[in-house]
Amino acid sequence: MSVADAVQEAPTKSRTERIVNDFAIQVATVNGSGSQTANLVLLRSIFQMGVPVSGKNMFPSNIAGLPTWYTIRASAKGYISRKKEVDFLVAMNVETAKEDVLTLPPGAAALYDEPLKLNELRNDVVFYPVPFDKLINPITTDAKLRRLVRNMIYDGVLSKLLSIDMGQMEKALRKQMGKKEKAIALNMGALKAGYDYAEANLPKLDPFVVEPMNKTDGLILIEGNAAAAIGCMMAGVTFVGWYPITPSSSLCESLIDYLKKYRRDPETGKATYAVIQAEDEIAALGMVLGAGWMGARSMTSTAGPGLSLMGEFTGLGYYVEVPAVIFDVQRVGPSTGLPTRTAQQDILSAAVLSHGDTKHPLLLPASVNECYTMAMDAFDLAERLQTPIFVMTDLDLGMNTWMSPTFEYPTKPLDRGKRLDAAKLKELENDWGRYRDVDGDGIAYRTVPGDGMPSYFARGSGHNEKAQYSERADDYANNLDRLARKFDTARTLVPKPEIEVVRGAKIGVIGYGTTHWAIVESRDELRNESKIETSYLRLRAYPFTKEVFDFINTHDRVYLIEQNRDAQMLSLLKMECNVEQFAKLRSILHYVGLPIDGRSVTEELVKQERGQ
Amino acid sequence: MATEAPVQPPAPGKKINRIGLEPVAYRGSKTTLCAGCGHNAITERIIDSFYELGIDPTQVIKLSGIGCSSKAPAYFLNSAHGFNSVHGRMPSVGTGAVVANRKMIAIGISGDGDTGAIGIGQFVHLMRRNLPIVYIIEDNGCYGLTKGQFSPTADLGSTLKTGVINDLPPIDTCALAIELGASFVARSFSGDPKQLKAILKAALSHKGTSMIDVISPCVTFNDHEGSTKSYAYVKEHDEPLSEVSFVPFFEDITVEYEAGTTKEVTLHNGGRVVLSKLSEDYQPTDKMSAIRVLHETMARGEYATGVIYIEPDKTDFVDMLGMVDEPLASLPQSKTRPGKQALDEIMESFR
Repeated sequence: MSVADAVQEAPTKSRTERIVNDFAIQVATVNGSGSQTANLVLLRSIFQMGVPVSGKNMFPSNIAGLPTWYTIRASAKGYISRKKEVDFLVAMNVETAKEDVLTLPPGAAALYDEPLKLNELRNDVVFYPVPFDKLINPITTDAKLRRLVRNMIYDGVLSKLLSIDMGQMEKALRKQMGKKEKAIALNMGALKAGYDYAEANLPKLDPFVVEPMNKTDGLILIEGNAAAAIGCMMAGVTFVGWYPITPSSSLCESLIDYLKKYRRDPETGKATYAVIQAEDEIAALGMVLGAGWMGARSMTSTAGPGLSLMGEFTGLGYYVEVPAVIFDVQRVGPSTGLPTRTAQQDILSAAVLSHGDTKHPLLLPASVNECYTMAMDAFDLAERLQTPIFVMTDLDLGMNTWMSPTFEYPTKPLDRGKRLDAAKLKELENDWGRYRDVDGDGIAYRTVPGDGMPSYFARGSGHNEKAQYSERADDYANNLDRLARKFDTARTLVPKPEIEVVRGAKIGVIGYGTTHWAIVESRDELRNESKIETSYLRLRAYPFTKEVFDFINTHDRVYLIEQNRDAQMLSLLKMECNVEQFAKLRSILHYVGLPIDGRSVTEELVKQERGQ
Repeated sequence: MATEAPVQPPAPGKKINRIGLEPVAYRGSKTTLCAGCGHNAITERIIDSFYELGIDPTQVIKLSGIGCSSKAPAYFLNSAHGFNSVHGRMPSVGTGAVVANRKMIAIGISGDGDTGAIGIGQFVHLMRRNLPIVYIIEDNGCYGLTKGQFSPTADLGSTLKTGVINDLPPIDTCALAIELGASFVARSFSGDPKQLKAILKAALSHKGTSMIDVISPCVTFNDHEGSTKSYAYVKEHDEPLSEVSFVPFFEDITVEYEAGTTKEVTLHNGGRVVLSKLSEDYQPTDKMSAIRVLHETMARGEYATGVIYIEPDKTDFVDMLGMVDEPLASLPQSKTRPGKQALDEIMESFR
């Protein structure tokens, strides 16, 4: 597989018509070259013109010098999953330029640095040579600044070629740079240089244009990690233990910024929270459990490798019954692959993380808004169920920029779960057992140190209802059965799936997380191109609720679509299905290190349907 | 660290402490360790120390990792909450717990395997943070619960029962703790109740990490000839650096010692550690001096015991975090969920 193959797939068709608000721009650069500002300005300008956009960064596990691709998709129809084909390439990386061009579909356009002479590579692509060095020279004499500001030139060229309003470009630039007037002036200079050059030298030859719409009114642009951080703060988090790991670091880093600003005691100015950067993920979760045991609203965020390290503590949290919230911003590797690429590959391991008989609730946000709301759900569920709760996002959702309606202020008060108090103790006739199921839902009443209620000894070894050490067969089995009962209670408390039943549709589609956006697009393609009607169920949590099984029962074939090799969610689902349900389940998998796209789903589903 | 409580007048004929509790209020479950285990002696001294200082046991949290030593928190202070966590990971659980409720007094019990091997990483970072906790290593130089394998504190040349010789140098947890930033570092011997109790009481009165390595012979697997952690060996090679006395803040005692050989250190809560019969060139408040004495005694095959290093005024981790005085764990929603205006402002920043 070549470098370019890593982010582009084979071309499929050629186009000559005028194409408005429906194309993908891919900027190929070298990481560390400062292209992020230019890319976000481009994204934001299109957004400000009222056109639905999405931006996806495909970056290496490196700080500077390796190839990076940023894809911006404009879609009048509002499709925001990755588009399989690249329509407009900005080739800034010498190393990958040739292959980037060779993998374009016929009819695409390519803007490139003139000395690269990419136009000699093929004749079915529109080429726009731009002499970047010549244009940047008059802007600044500082070599370092030249390298950074250079990227704004392609924004200027694209502004002209794609009819992106220069006023919007400037507005987006100001948004991006804040109050740094000197930097703004410098970047504006480069932007204008690009625009003027295009106006004077580059006649429009490609079909792609941006035209104003009103589809982004009232929306914001935000990354999932920032959204989750806001949710955590609104959930009243008081303790954060974390260890830096891409792609989750920005969740805790955003949270730290928000907490510093909004969570100081108004009278004393002191913090109503603590954030500790731990020595590793094991310690991070250990701290979270210590704080949770103590009664704090406690969380950590991590990615797959950190999750592996948290295994033993997760089991302890499950068995000792300590509330904890764990965000897993899923990626691959590095033990098992591509460290900075998105995936849904931790589902199975998170669901049963640890040794022994354990299972854990997973929340499955698909949008930035759900990163926000599910953060709050997670803290409530953790305290209600007295157990670790995982929020399974992914790199695509966590680190990329997404459109969203503004988040709503929570109206539901915090649920602090079942805590023993004097009244309850009296009701129990002073005979309280930390692990005694008095309500029949598997959830016992807990006390925390310092609350004036009776103490107990938390231990991962065998214990009876009174939390006393026990190796008795009945004590152990009863406790495990109660924990299973508690998991059944979780089934009734976790967010229910979102279901769209289409009358007469024999095919059901199940998806979760960011896969949702590809499914939305694919269902339209299936309907319009292949006359295949599908019903859709989007999972929002594990354990599976009753609705999931009803959905399978009412369809002939059900495709579970996910971004991993081993059909991880499907495997979990199969564990709970009866024979008839089991026989209906099929799988569509995507695991190439790129976010899933609608076209791939459509092609695979049609193929499986035809083979049937 | 001692909890303030009104002094109760003693009831006639009843032994109680200054907060009116009887010694039995400080006891725990019956020990399940081997008869004669050094750990049991340490448990007794812990009970004595809490009782004599008059600390309210319901305001204490007891933490441990995994191993024989880590069973100990079940054997003292029944009315305190306890957390027997994961092998080698008590420091992180303790860190979260202490930060979540800064009002509680924390005591962590670990072993030499739990601290020196699987838990060395977390131990290092706990010491470095100077977390307010009394961290006790019940050090027998072997893994008791898995039947006697060497631990990382086993001395060079020490032998197992089977005759296997340890050919790796030991980790000196005291030297390490001093180097890393712990502000109260001591070593003692489970067979020296007087010294151990004085050290424990001082440690409980110190604000910051109090790390105490207590040599505690394993009577079942490491008490034979050839072991350097046997009762006989330790008794023979115990080299007290000084005589340790502790005067709690609520006792007004003036102790007079021969000039030049005594050092008194006043702790955060007003309690005083008095170290007498000190050798003239040893300064327990000087890091270099403390580390030198550890190296010198180790080279002679001796255990330097007593308060080895003390830095009474060092800022602890909880203070560093700049938190509100109220425990984080009990903050109400009104203090932890920002108002709608905050969310509106944040949303505006993303438009």
